[in-house]
Amino acid sequence: MSQHEITLTVNGTPERATVPSNMTLLTMLREVLVLTGTKNGCAAGECGACTVLLNGEPVNSCMVLAVEADGAEVVTVEGLARTSPVTTGEDRWGLDKIQQAFVDLTGVQCGFCTPGMLISARALLDRDPHPSEDAIKDALRGNLCRCTGYTRIVEAVKVSSDG
Amino acid sequence: MTQIIGESIPRVDAVDKVTGAAKFADDIQFGPGLLYGRLVRSPHAHARIKKIDATRALALPGVKAIATGADTPGYIGLYLQDRHIFATDRVRYIGDPVAGIVATSEEIAEQAIKLVEVEYEVLPAVTDPLDAIKSDAPLLHPDLGKYTVANFIFPKPGTNISNHFKVRKGDIAKGFAQCDAIVESEFRVPQIQHVPIEPHIAVAQAEQSGKITLWAASQSPFAQRNLIAKALGISQGDLRVIAPYIGGGFGSKAGVSMEACAVVMAQKVPGRPVKLRLTREEEFFTTFVRQGLVARTKIGATKEGKLVAMKTEYYWDAGAYTEYGVNMTRAGGYSSTGPYEIPNVHADSYCCYTNHPVGGPMRGFGMPEIHWGIEQLMDQLAEKLKMDPRAFRLKNCLKTGSDVVTGWKMHPIKLDECIEKATAAIDWGKREPASAPHKKRGKGLAIMWKAPAMPPNAGSSSYVRLNEDATITVGLGGQEIGQGTHTVMAQMVAAALGVPVEWIRIATPVDTLYSPYEWQTVASRLTWSMGNAVVAAAKHARQQILELVAEHWNEKTEDLDIKDGNVISYKSEQSLPLHDMVIYGLPKEGDCGWRGGPIVGRGNFMPTYVTGLDPETGQGPRSVVHYTVGCQAVDLEVDTETGQIEILRVAAAFDVGKAINPDQVRAQMEGGVVQGASSAIFEKLDLRNGKVVNPSFVDYRIATSVDMPHKIIPIIVEEPQDDGPWGARGIGEHAMVPTAPAIANAVYNAVGIRLPSMPLSAERVFLAMQEK
Repeated sequence: MSQHEITLTVNGTPERATVPSNMTLLTMLREVLVLTGTKNGCAAGECGACTVLLNGEPVNSCMVLAVEADGAEVVTVEGLARTSPVTTGEDRWGLDKIQQAFVDLTGVQCGFCTPGMLISARALLDRDPHPSEDAIKDALRGNLCRCTGYTRIVEAVKVSSDG
Repeated sequence: MTQIIGESIPRVDAVDKVTGAAKFADDIQFGPGLLYGRLVRSPHAHARIKKIDATRALALPGVKAIATGADTPGYIGLYLQDRHIFATDRVRYIGDPVAGIVATSEEIAEQAIKLVEVEYEVLPAVTDPLDAIKSDAPLLHPDLGKYTVANFIFPKPGTNISNHFKVRKGDIAKGFAQCDAIVESEFRVPQIQHVPIEPHIAVAQAEQSGKITLWAASQSPFAQRNLIAKALGISQGDLRVIAPYIGGGFGSKAGVSMEACAVVMAQKVPGRPVKLRLTREEEFFTTFVRQGLVARTKIGATKEGKLVAMKTEYYWDAGAYTEYGVNMTRAGGYSSTGPYEIPNVHADSYCCYTNHPVGGPMRGFGMPEIHWGIEQLMDQLAEKLKMDPRAFRLKNCLKTGSDVVTGWKMHPIKLDECIEKATAAIDWGKREPASAPHKKRGKGLAIMWKAPAMPPNAGSSSYVRLNEDATITVGLGGQEIGQGTHTVMAQMVAAALGVPVEWIRIATPVDTLYSPYEWQTVASRLTWSMGNAVVAAAKHARQQILELVAEHWNEKTEDLDIKDGNVISYKSEQSLPLHDMVIYGLPKEGDCGWRGGPIVGRGNFMPTYVTGLDPETGQGPRSVVHYTVGCQAVDLEVDTETGQIEILRVAAAFDVGKAINPDQVRAQMEGGVVQGASSAIFEKLDLRNGKVVNPSFVDYRIATSVDMPHKIIPIIVEEPQDDGPWGARGIGEHAMVPTAPAIANAVYNAVGIRLPSMPLSAERVFLAMQEK
């Protein structure tokens, strides 16, 4: 398998990696850059657990080759919060407001779909700060969750919108 | 300081989970020494293994080892040891593991499994439980009589029945003779899959010394330690199981399945960790599936609407191995009536071997399956009697002190209140218009009961350890699988000890080397059982602290209390903060030394009152620890042009004894409703001659965000459990139990059709409307 050297920006940090041509972006994130927040639920583009932002667009990173991300900007769940937590105070983890809403409204149970959910929700709010309930459900339909029944996740996105 | 009980504090694991910091088994880094495994699986539903030739596989560069049944000739299993870790002489389902290849990469291991040549002699397969019980059926387990079995499971050697649970109560013939209305029907429930979003994964490392470490996405680290050690003939003390966060379980990660394969493969390459992870495709047919069920049930009542008799036969399609499934058929037997008082009962629950995927525990443990039929028949009986289904249920449902099918009096419950509140929430009895002319609207309800199904002596234990700054480390062995148990345990320790909940830290991950024993994270038993252990440990720590301070102040412990992290005296009105004192103790007066020492509390819990049941009648003083009961009421529309069901409102009311964290309780109800609705409308493992032909999310659909009910109304009812912490009972599984029959009853109410089997897919509903 031929190897390729690629450069990309991940969560605001420039990265360089040598990857085989058949390696997915998901595998590169998890196993080369050791950003394990992004999850592997099916490796077939069906469950959404591996969703990341690729140049601002939500993609199933298991369906994108690492070499396709050469020169791109990638945001994973690890990139949503402010990088350095402070030690005290309400805002001590520096969470993005969608993350905070998932905490406050129990949008989390087992947590395995959560990273992908958060990224899909962030992408929605970036392109539509005041989404309707139907728009929220539609934006999350590619992210499977087996624990929550989606209600609190949809609610969390709703309260995170600026409206 | 008990106000934290009943407060909806945020989950203690939420920040780790929203930041990507929470570590799941596949996230743990093992360095460049890590090896990977893949499994060679049977392509046949039933066959004899004649020869395994791995010569070509082992010659592939990067392949390190192969493990086969020859390495593990012994049996493994929770209630009935009927399973080999790798198949030895025969395979019994498509997917049965035959060998495991260890290689330097997953790709090489995958290539290598295709090079393992297995010669099979194909045997006739059994693919229906009703065929399995025929006298001329091929025998799947000729050695059934020799297997080690729990003393409450009754296999029938020489047949394909691995457990037969009987209820003989009252006089069934006389009972039916008294009935004015009788309904009778056959219902079927297909196999479905749990579909946790995290696939199964295990990493094992064996040392030359014989010690083994297993990292697994596991609901049952202690049961895995116990069962794998027994199967391999090693000491439980030499097997360490580490169980990080798990990405959903629903029963599929209980007991032991592929984890044992990883351990045996690791034994072949001492000193190197071996990672075995299932693909999504494997997830659908090689791990536990929910058992199929054929239910033949007859129920009768008097013209006044009083239930008198019930005769039922449950034939469970339990699959190739029933080591866990036998207990589900037992649960289906001792709960066979549903939550009703019926004086005359004749019930048979048969666990049938078939050449299907292995049946195992799934959320509800037999209850969603049996309630599918029971709750539809109750509606049919009410209709025959011209009674409102709600009134019929209120009249016949179990109440405090009612006769339970297994011969004891029901403990305090408020099922009637659940029925009243759930139905009121959807405006029961009010005919409401559909949203369009081609749609029809209907309402339905179903009630349920479920007990934790487990050995009578399944125990829990805990420690509560204080740190220098009076933060508290809580050791426990129950897994956080999404249900919120670690949050609830933190609340209980805070309340029992008298400290702010922010001071509590749960010792994770669960590690059998350091964590106290817990039977399994199953059966919705942790809030109650582990909760009791945790509270006992907190009280033990509290007593040590009070004794220390009482001696220091020369007072009595009865006059002291711990409030908000300070020891206080009601008598002398002194106050002393916990920090420092709980590690370093307190100085004696006049510089003559110190008293006290680091505080560690310990506690355990085990139900001591569950008895055996008579094997011929199913009667006994106490069949289970308790029942959680509840009701769901559904308001929906059916599109007459497409058959599509759209759920407008679901109200779910459950008697949880006491909601320690009401928000988490409601979250369980909501998730259960959607999983239940998904099973009712979408889900079925499509089995053709033993082969699952839809093992992907495209062909096996589960509910997505656009399929959720428009509104879910969770309702908490609280009649305290006498031996529960603050009166709490479990609520993990229950919310899924009545959903499917409640939907079926609402569909009947809307369009007048009743399908005997799930799922109520648009296509099947549409065709049934056409035939009507």
